[in-house]
Amino acid sequence: MVSGKVVGYVIGRIFQCLVVIFISTTVVFIIPRMATDMSPIESAISRAMAQGQYTDPRAVEQLRNTLEVAYGLEGTVFDQYIKFWGNILRGDLGPSFSSFPTPVMDLIRNSLPWTVGLLLVTTVLSWVIGNILGGIVGCNRNKRWAKGLEVTINALRPIPYYIMALLLLIVFSYILPLFPSGGAYPIGTVPRRDWSFFADVLKHAFLPGLSLLLVGIGGWFQGMRTLVSHIMGEDYVVYAKLANLNKKDVFSNYIMRNAMLPQITGLALQLGMIFSGTLITEIVFNYPGLGLLSYNAILRSDYNLIMGVTILSIVAVSFGTLIIDLIYPLLDPRIAY
Amino acid sequence: MVKSLVGELVKRDTRFRTGFILMIIIVFMSILSFFSPVDPYSTYYAPVNRPPSLKYWLGTDSRGQDVFWMMTFALKNSIVFGLIAAAVSRLIALLFGTISGYIGGKTDSVLMIINDSFITLPVLLVIILIGMVFRRLSFFPLAIVMGLLGWPWDSRLFRSQILSLKERKLTYTARFSGMSTFSIIFKIYFPHLVPVFLSTFINNMIWSLGLEVTLSVLGLTNLQLPTIGTTIYWANQHQALILGVWWWLAAPIAGAIILFTALYLLSVSINEYVDPRIRYQQGSF
Repeated sequence: MVSGKVVGYVIGRIFQCLVVIFISTTVVFIIPRMATDMSPIESAISRAMAQGQYTDPRAVEQLRNTLEVAYGLEGTVFDQYIKFWGNILRGDLGPSFSSFPTPVMDLIRNSLPWTVGLLLVTTVLSWVIGNILGGIVGCNRNKRWAKGLEVTINALRPIPYYIMALLLLIVFSYILPLFPSGGAYPIGTVPRRDWSFFADVLKHAFLPGLSLLLVGIGGWFQGMRTLVSHIMGEDYVVYAKLANLNKKDVFSNYIMRNAMLPQITGLALQLGMIFSGTLITEIVFNYPGLGLLSYNAILRSDYNLIMGVTILSIVAVSFGTLIIDLIYPLLDPRIAY
Repeated sequence: MVKSLVGELVKRDTRFRTGFILMIIIVFMSILSFFSPVDPYSTYYAPVNRPPSLKYWLGTDSRGQDVFWMMTFALKNSIVFGLIAAAVSRLIALLFGTISGYIGGKTDSVLMIINDSFITLPVLLVIILIGMVFRRLSFFPLAIVMGLLGWPWDSRLFRSQILSLKERKLTYTARFSGMSTFSIIFKIYFPHLVPVFLSTFINNMIWSLGLEVTLSVLGLTNLQLPTIGTTIYWANQHQALILGVWWWLAAPIAGAIILFTALYLLSVSINEYVDPRIRYQQGSF
């Protein structure tokens, strides 16, 4: 089965993925160097000082030096560029400016599990729910309940996410105090591995999760509905129906199986985007993941941290699409290299 | 082309009609801003925290501003913002998509790799990074930056449209009757791209306006300029909800919901029109 052609394709695709990462990371490298009025270091320092916190002069000096090293701002732009890549390849994203000298990598490692946990569950759940509902509505387009469901889901879609999150928080945390208003676990408890702590985590993740679900389902729903209503008109579906095959079989094997494929590509991209966190969700619900980390980085002008999260996200999205492209033939037998 | 498209959709599609009417309301509100008796930058010209009344239709906020007139400015600025961002990104998407679809080969591969690189960029984080480098992004630069980042998905769409047009008879007919490449692209292809252009234009407006709200709520935009996002920012800063000044938040939220719903309905309707299978079914190609 594995021919030279397959190997060639796989190598080409991996190469393409690396080029994509290379280009977009280079864009991230260029941005801080476009500052015209002030070097990013001085502006970072002056901003850090303007926060009004007491900073040790020695720390400032050290900060300046490490900033130069961290940005790779000594030497020519070309030298800087080489060094920048050297650091990244070693997995070193430099120190964080706001909680100096903790490496950015450590901060990311602490926040990552919360974000990934929350987003992995909500992304997959909204994908599953959205696709199933979309499929069912697509098959029963002319039924009244299907139209009602479609209108309800579509009515939720144009609401800006921030507003949706705020409304949920106001309704379910202040007006009806059912859920905690923020955090990932009760204040004062230490993360443990037992059921009561797990239950607390679930309870805290409920509102942010619900808000992400409500926003996430709509897109998948609409996409699936359109795909399914197209497939309904295909000859093989019409034939299967005329042949009086089991309705459930037709739905799952004839319609859903085919409509699923484009949606899987979308899921891969979405899963890759998990790694940039959800800024607004985590700010509104005070959830201690990558988004909140980035928010604090914004407040304290922590370039390194923002760059680190950005690069992490680029790599995750690129690998996500790479993996899905490589396993696609397993899902769709029509595609061969 | 655009005129007939709009006319046909108004006649045929309830969603388009609803969206169109909502959009007219929004545009009317924003035109009112030119006749505003108050200056959007001045504060404390009115009593603070008054609920909606006959004198102050949407109440006043904690900064002594009339919420109704502020909303007219906010809607105007938000629409202008979305239009700039969408125009810039459409220009790039169209260029990228047509060139790479039409020329094909090596050029296509190179352009598409650049295209994919921009797809992987986490836009919000990159804009935040740019905002940090240039301190605070003011109105026009921010709109341009969003335009510069908002094109890669749609350029793929344009590319695939061109690819399918290229294989159709009309291209050969034009080519054999001696049309130049330039006029084939402009006279033959572009009219076919108009519906996709319009629907992605609107989608891009939704996207950039959503990002603007996010960035403003975070306090990263020019906060003096009234937009939907900055209005929410100031209401949050003054703890409008805790003080019970709900109309200060309700106005921008309602404005945002109307604006986004209008744009969304328009785009869904055009999108369905674009899909040739649906058009063929209704026999109006």
